[in-house]
Amino acid sequence: MLHSKTFVKKTRGGKVNKQVREHYLRDDIYCGAPICKLCDSSAARLSPSASTILLLDTNVVLNQIDLLENPAIDDVVMLSVVLDEVKNKNMGVYNRVRALCSNSLRRFFVFANEHHKDTFVKEMAKESKNDRNDRAIRVAAQWYQSHLGGAARVLLITNDKENKRKAIAEGISAETIESYVKSLDRPDLLDLVVQPSSEDVEMEEVEDLRPSKRKVIYTEHKPMSEITSGLHRGIYHQGKLRVNRYNPFEAYVGSESIGDEIIIYGRTNMNRAFDGDVVAVELLPQDQWHEEKSLSIADEEDEEEDVHLVPSSADDAPRTTNLVQGSSGDTNAVSSRPSGRVVGIIKRNWHSYCGSLEPMPMPAGSGGTAHALFVSKDRRIPKIRIHTRQLENLLNKRIIVAVDSWDRLSRYPSGHYVRTIGEIGDRDTESEVVLIENDINSRPFSSQVLACLPPLPWSVSSEDLANPIRQDLRDLRVFSVDPPGCKDIDDALHCTALPSGNFEVGVHIADVTNFVHPGSPLDDEASQRGTSVYLVERRIDMLPKPLTEDICSLRSDVERLAFSVIWELTPEADIISTRYTKSVIKSCAALSYIEAQARMDDSRLMDPLTTDLRNMNVLAKKMRSRRIERGALTLASAEVKFQIDTETHDPLDIGMYQIREANQMVEEFMLAANVSVADKILKHFSLCSLLRRHPSPTREMLEPLLRTAAAVGLNLDVSSSKALAESLDRAVGDDPYFNKLIRILATRCMTQAVYFCSGDLSPPEYHHYGLAAPLYTHFTSPIRRYADVIVHRLLAASLGIYKLPSIFQDRPQLTSIADNLNYRHRNAQMASRASVELHTLIYFKKRPTDTEARVVKIRSNGFIVFVPKYGIEGPVYLTARSEKGGGEWFVDEQQQKIKKMDGSASYSVLQTVRIHMEVVEPQPNRPKLQLTLT
Amino acid sequence: MEFVSLEGFRLDGRRPMEMRQIRAEIGAVAKADGSAVFEMGNTKVIAAVYGPREVQNRTQQINDQALVRCEYSMANFSTGDRMRKPKGDRRSTEISLVIRQTMEACILTHLMPRSQIDIFVQVLQADGGTRSACINAATLALADAGIPMRDLVTSCSSGYLNSTPLLDLNYVEDSAGGPDVTVGFLPKLDKVTLLQMDSKLPIDIFENVMQLAIEGCKAIANYIREIMLENTKQLEYRRGI
Ligand SMILES: [Zn+2]
Repeated sequence: MLHSKTFVKKTRGGKVNKQVREHYLRDDIYCGAPICKLCDSSAARLSPSASTILLLDTNVVLNQIDLLENPAIDDVVMLSVVLDEVKNKNMGVYNRVRALCSNSLRRFFVFANEHHKDTFVKEMAKESKNDRNDRAIRVAAQWYQSHLGGAARVLLITNDKENKRKAIAEGISAETIESYVKSLDRPDLLDLVVQPSSEDVEMEEVEDLRPSKRKVIYTEHKPMSEITSGLHRGIYHQGKLRVNRYNPFEAYVGSESIGDEIIIYGRTNMNRAFDGDVVAVELLPQDQWHEEKSLSIADEEDEEEDVHLVPSSADDAPRTTNLVQGSSGDTNAVSSRPSGRVVGIIKRNWHSYCGSLEPMPMPAGSGGTAHALFVSKDRRIPKIRIHTRQLENLLNKRIIVAVDSWDRLSRYPSGHYVRTIGEIGDRDTESEVVLIENDINSRPFSSQVLACLPPLPWSVSSEDLANPIRQDLRDLRVFSVDPPGCKDIDDALHCTALPSGNFEVGVHIADVTNFVHPGSPLDDEASQRGTSVYLVERRIDMLPKPLTEDICSLRSDVERLAFSVIWELTPEADIISTRYTKSVIKSCAALSYIEAQARMDDSRLMDPLTTDLRNMNVLAKKMRSRRIERGALTLASAEVKFQIDTETHDPLDIGMYQIREANQMVEEFMLAANVSVADKILKHFSLCSLLRRHPSPTREMLEPLLRTAAAVGLNLDVSSSKALAESLDRAVGDDPYFNKLIRILATRCMTQAVYFCSGDLSPPEYHHYGLAAPLYTHFTSPIRRYADVIVHRLLAASLGIYKLPSIFQDRPQLTSIADNLNYRHRNAQMASRASVELHTLIYFKKRPTDTEARVVKIRSNGFIVFVPKYGIEGPVYLTARSEKGGGEWFVDEQQQKIKKMDGSASYSVLQTVRIHMEVVEPQPNRPKLQLTLT
Repeated sequence: MEFVSLEGFRLDGRRPMEMRQIRAEIGAVAKADGSAVFEMGNTKVIAAVYGPREVQNRTQQINDQALVRCEYSMANFSTGDRMRKPKGDRRSTEISLVIRQTMEACILTHLMPRSQIDIFVQVLQADGGTRSACINAATLALADAGIPMRDLVTSCSSGYLNSTPLLDLNYVEDSAGGPDVTVGFLPKLDKVTLLQMDSKLPIDIFENVMQLAIEGCKAIANYIREIMLENTKQLEYRRGI
């Protein structure tokens, strides 16, 4: 039945001991062209009318992927030998090519040439792997040519001179990508072509005539062999370069070999490395460590600082310890950290970036092409030189640019234009930029994903009710409390007074895993997205809408499936027992926080639901106070809320998000449910539970808080979270806002909590600092967080009602899922913040405002203020930028004050000032919010 | 690692449901009562059968049926790393037992009371699926020795890698650490007589993987029948019938 094909055997010699592998060569691999008479054309991908079929060489795929993604390039045969080479060299490009090959709108056909009896080539003696692969490509091209017999032109595209020469000699038509694109007569495509940087193909080089450009700016990268031996001997250190988000002239390399972060100051020391590159670093002599630091500060003050949202954690805040120069006291602290310079780049993390061109005058008579500098929205990325034929079009647009090369002679890397997003300043464009920048997938769900949904309209079936694992809780008085207008309700509660005087309290969570099955396309998609993303004007769902807003949403008056945690609590809110069960519930009310609060406050209301609410609130308060006693931190954040015009989507009003008792009540029970579930799953699966931890902040991280506190005469004890919580409670000044301000400053010193796999760390490291809980996880929002989906599966398995999906047996895979979730959460947060910043800008464009602000940090030429009402902070300059360090003002480091020389004015930290907020456009189409003293 | 490419080819160019090339030869050891060489791709196994004959050790004699013994070994040169393997290690004891039980289940032992049948199998070259190859070789050798059997027992393995059921794993696929199902099958009686699996599989997938191995067994049975028919024809020819 199976082995009826003609097989030819081939053996392959190994290195030390001989390895013999079979290789079956086949005659049932088809060419993919529907015009072909010989092949089975049912799987053909190429167009029936294709006049030219393109075969690409590996170098073309690796370098010109942006071009290939343009629909103008089609009817392409991808050889498996090329795909293998691409996969080995650059996984990112490989994934993009694969996406093209599986995209039904594109006509890319993969030809498994290595398995075809006529196109397989055996390695010849003394032939290098590269030469053999080049030959395989030519043989395949030749096969296509004779196989199609002139029905279509077969064109080999290669930028490798030698390969092209040999191809032509063998009678194959071959061209370079540039000449092919030129022949298409599409000038816009030419911008997408990556300019060759190496000797491969001579292009008419447009020389930059400025003499300074020809100077060597960066030191040469060491060859790979030298790096390897250097790493081996311990003189170089390998690690991933992380550029400081708030100071692009400072970067960190986490090195395992010295167990510390190496700081890299300045672009010269970074030596052309990008954020995310894996680099080899050499340490600088210790006496230079501080010197480099001051150089970098000098660099840094040239950078503009924009008004931005108040950081919600240390991850959002600038990492520089002290921006004020001139004090000698902190020399030791600074020089204790090693600094170094990059000697070589082991792996590039180049991809494409969002941004705009630096405003420039139109060059006269340059034949339609121009060099321009591209400025990325992401400040960590240096400016990029691009070469464009459509400068006029691009100047006021948000565009995407990819990096191609960076040689020693140029200050900036060179790249090429990829595509245009839209007009700068246009809300939709800028929102799109936010999404792209944060790597958020906002595409509609694919048909395969949607096929996993149950048919609509969906309702609880009799099988669900009869299922022995599912408890029928429909007669309980279950209700939900959420923000107004919430459609994806993933939690509901109930509270029944028991005859014994105790209470039965239940937290019911949408049973998402009943619909999202492990390994299904729906599950894969959700796992990739990791979380729903909330922008000011829209929401990007993790799961398709029918699930989030209907089938899983615990709406009122409909029966829904849930996963419940039910406690028996004493009136003192002590947990007597906990049980977990899948259930069917019917919520009797979907309340908003305001409604719930109003019910509890209205003493005339005595209905059962209101009584339940009040009972819960009493219990929640007791649980909360006990949690705070244990040392949980009540940190303050300055979350703002917009009122959005439903028609134009423009912000109408902006204000702080108000937190009510009802919010805290719901939050308290969600925390309790998460803690209970964390206990349960860890007990059953000690090595593969997904938990959430919050590392304790180091003293160094709390340094800015301590300095500010000391300046206003406040002594904070940071020895433990409990001590810190208590000293924060004691920090009450004369003004009512003082305590909140200190808490906001404390919040930004903490890092964020992260997901992890329990097998990767030891139990003491599981600790959640902010909640003062030894164990914590996420269970309560499976509609919008994938972590909760995983935890639901773990909980179900620990109850024995479902078997544990196989990924949980694979710790590295679970770890990589946790890493992805952390990455996605971080990005989702950054996107939300960026969206709020964008809308703040739009709001103030028409509304210049005077308001009150607090000084939070002193700088040499002014100070940073925090505007409580709008949750933003930004610089107020006392001296003009040009006259930097101008003698009129001086800084008192000890007291955190900036004073005028003649003593006529001074500003100290935490002081209240009146400011004026206005949107200005220092450069056309680059609006920014400016803060000035009134 | 990618064991099945997106185009649906395995590392050696086969599709998931395809077996390696198989080859069999009857009568490789003239001295034995029956013998055969069986190859599945690069896996090559030789089997020799002696008996039915008198029981050597009288204490082991069974009064109502034949005694079946099996000895499995691997040639020192079989894996290419030239390592001397001790005889009677745990793995070969286990495989000996598996082969003996499988063969015993299809030999009509009650027809040959107080006698002994010896089956010797040796792996000459190993490239995955040795267990199956040994059983197939033993079947042919038993048939060659003219020992009465219920049916031809054949064996094939299958596995599950990259979410795809794969037939007849070779060494590279076998060492990937995925599930590996070996099935022994009586094609005429349509009965499974041997079922072994390493690691775990969800039950629905397991059924698919096992079914695939059974299909493999059926294909091997067809091939073995052809070989035997051809062998018989040659015997006829030699005898001048
Ligand atoms: Zn064809």
